[in-house]
Amino acid sequence: MQISKSLRRLIYWELGIPLALLSIGIYHGLMQTIYRSGVIHQSNFAHLDYYQGLTLHGVINAVVLTTFFAVAFGHATITFYLKKEPNKIVAWTSFWLMTIGTGLAAWAMLSGKASVLYTFYPPLKGHPFFYLGAALLIVGSWLPLFDWARMYVQWKKVNAEVKTPLAVLGTLVNFTIWFVCTLAVAYEVLVLLLPWAMGWTPTVNVTLARTLFWFFGHALVYFWLLPAYIMFYTMLPKLAGGKLFSDLAGRIALFLFLLFSVPVGVHHQFSDPSISKGIKLFQGLLTFGVAIPSFITAFTLAASLEYAGRKRGAKSLLGFFGKLPYLDPNRFLFAYLIAGLFLFIFGGLTGLVNASGQLNNVVHNTAWLPGHFHMTVAGPVFLAIIGMSTYLYSKTSGKRIFLPKVNVIIPYLWVIGILIFSTGMSWGGLIGEPRRTNLGLTYLNPKDPLFTPEWVPTTMLALAGGIIMFITGVLFFIVFFGTMLRKRVQEPILELPVSEVLHDEKRIPLFDQFKPWLVTMGLILVLAYTPALINAVKNTGPGAPRFTPDNPVPVTTENSVGKTVKNGSVNTSEITGKLVKK
Amino acid sequence: MDRSEKKVIIITGLVLSLFIFSILYARGKTNDLPECVPFDKTYTEPKVTKLDNKTYQVYAVAKMWQFEPSQIYILLGSEVDFFLTSKDVVHGFNISDKNVNMMAVYGNINKTTVKFDKPGVYKITCHEYCGVGHQTMQAEVIVNDPASK
Repeated sequence: MQISKSLRRLIYWELGIPLALLSIGIYHGLMQTIYRSGVIHQSNFAHLDYYQGLTLHGVINAVVLTTFFAVAFGHATITFYLKKEPNKIVAWTSFWLMTIGTGLAAWAMLSGKASVLYTFYPPLKGHPFFYLGAALLIVGSWLPLFDWARMYVQWKKVNAEVKTPLAVLGTLVNFTIWFVCTLAVAYEVLVLLLPWAMGWTPTVNVTLARTLFWFFGHALVYFWLLPAYIMFYTMLPKLAGGKLFSDLAGRIALFLFLLFSVPVGVHHQFSDPSISKGIKLFQGLLTFGVAIPSFITAFTLAASLEYAGRKRGAKSLLGFFGKLPYLDPNRFLFAYLIAGLFLFIFGGLTGLVNASGQLNNVVHNTAWLPGHFHMTVAGPVFLAIIGMSTYLYSKTSGKRIFLPKVNVIIPYLWVIGILIFSTGMSWGGLIGEPRRTNLGLTYLNPKDPLFTPEWVPTTMLALAGGIIMFITGVLFFIVFFGTMLRKRVQEPILELPVSEVLHDEKRIPLFDQFKPWLVTMGLILVLAYTPALINAVKNTGPGAPRFTPDNPVPVTTENSVGKTVKNGSVNTSEITGKLVKK
Repeated sequence: MDRSEKKVIIITGLVLSLFIFSILYARGKTNDLPECVPFDKTYTEPKVTKLDNKTYQVYAVAKMWQFEPSQIYILLGSEVDFFLTSKDVVHGFNISDKNVNMMAVYGNINKTTVKFDKPGVYKITCHEYCGVGHQTMQAEVIVNDPASK
């Protein structure tokens, strides 16, 4: 369909800004594998510190890129399926809020004033602009939801008996999850952290902040994932040359995500103090619940691909896998999606390990974790994002893809890189290699007393994977920005691949309305989170003052600077007397 | 409903119940997740207490960028209760070759119990980013050190 110049521009910017920033994110990804493997024994490289780079890597890749993309993709799906453009003012206000927020946070990180990693756990304090930027990015991403909901209600008035298009349902479910979960992080940032970072409130309850963060933090991963799921259900079967096996399965899966995405965050806190074992067990079980929609998806997609393969002439039991259009440059999106799905098999299975409290004791906060989530967020999510960005840009700009043959092999190169990287990380994690650590300075430095030779092969594998991923990332930038530099040769249109449905079940009202699901979602949330929040307040002691990453002595407020600092340093040196080191 | 659909639903139900039963059963037998201990100031001073030949209590305090006590000597076959807290930012507490994995949080007390059946040096590594010195933060549990006898 034809779309206005304003919407086209909005989509370009919302795809282009995070992808330009991604170059910083990917550079720091490579650098981390270099630091960690002990190739360099430095705390910084090219004036950027390891932990500063790690913060940039996490915030840009996992929050900025994913949020901007979800909004752009949401505009595209809603416009395409409801045949109506979103409100211009709302859409552009949302864009500017997100962009200004990103700018503020980027400044704080690049100037080294917020090396607090993307989880920004207090009492490590970042620059207030970091928190303010995060809040603006989030609030900006809320706005379109209200506009899309208005469009959906209008559409439903006219089409009461028509099934809501799956992609529209998916986008609305996704942003509802996002809105609910970000309320907690907005509270954490605006009420707990920002006044504390400014020095207006002296202390912060760390466990409460962590619990609120993970209320958001796990739902965040489904916010990343659902745009990819929308592509898997509504586009992949078409691209494969077949049909979606069941449309109802997709609806059930989406509503289950609505129920189970948020009340599972405590599984990130299995190792935390002050939260009782009962709540950890309950949310652990709910976490297994959130695996169900993913299993439904896996089987539905496998059936859809089998149908496509058989239509293309496959005969034997699993022969259909050989008949799919893996390397067709005209259907490059298929390559991106199928490669992501393949990685997600391992991402999902390692995720089930993390969800079980017992096994979590072995892997918590070790290199296993980045090993796991690079097969999810840097697997299906990342590949869907970059593949769809190229696709959407080329369609809405009317430009042909630059280097189409390179474009179609990018996802497979990425799979090779990730598999090597994640093997190294997972293996390292199982033998105690910590994540988020500049290993090259100590543990991977043969001259240091802490040198740990067992982690040499694991970090070397991660390095090899990292190099392949970096090269693949560069190839993607060449294709994407190369396409941008080309001339328009076609009519610019908004067009998405649309899968027909093999078993088109009749409309079941329960799976075509939000109310009962939203009520159930609220109930489970209250059940799962009330006790956790009570624990976080009741079992904890005094709140913590502010600390910067470079100083064991807390940041003090103006009046008491001299005294407190002195007391602090005296205490430290007394106790340090019996230090092991060296 | 289709007969094979029915079959699938029954089998799925059985597998799921077996799965959930196993989880609950295993949890009942051994639940080595950290215990929930309300905050108490006494745990914030680092010390090792030998209750008897087989039992120790360790009040471990994590701070930028060391653990206190930094070397913990214990006898073979002892059971050790670790009480963990932080003097400043969030730290991690991971004992190698043992299923001990806890977060050290300011104003919070974490607790777990673990038995050391083999002699040796067990490294305790901080696995949560805690500032510029994070990568130097390691301590040791030394089980049956011949020199200490």
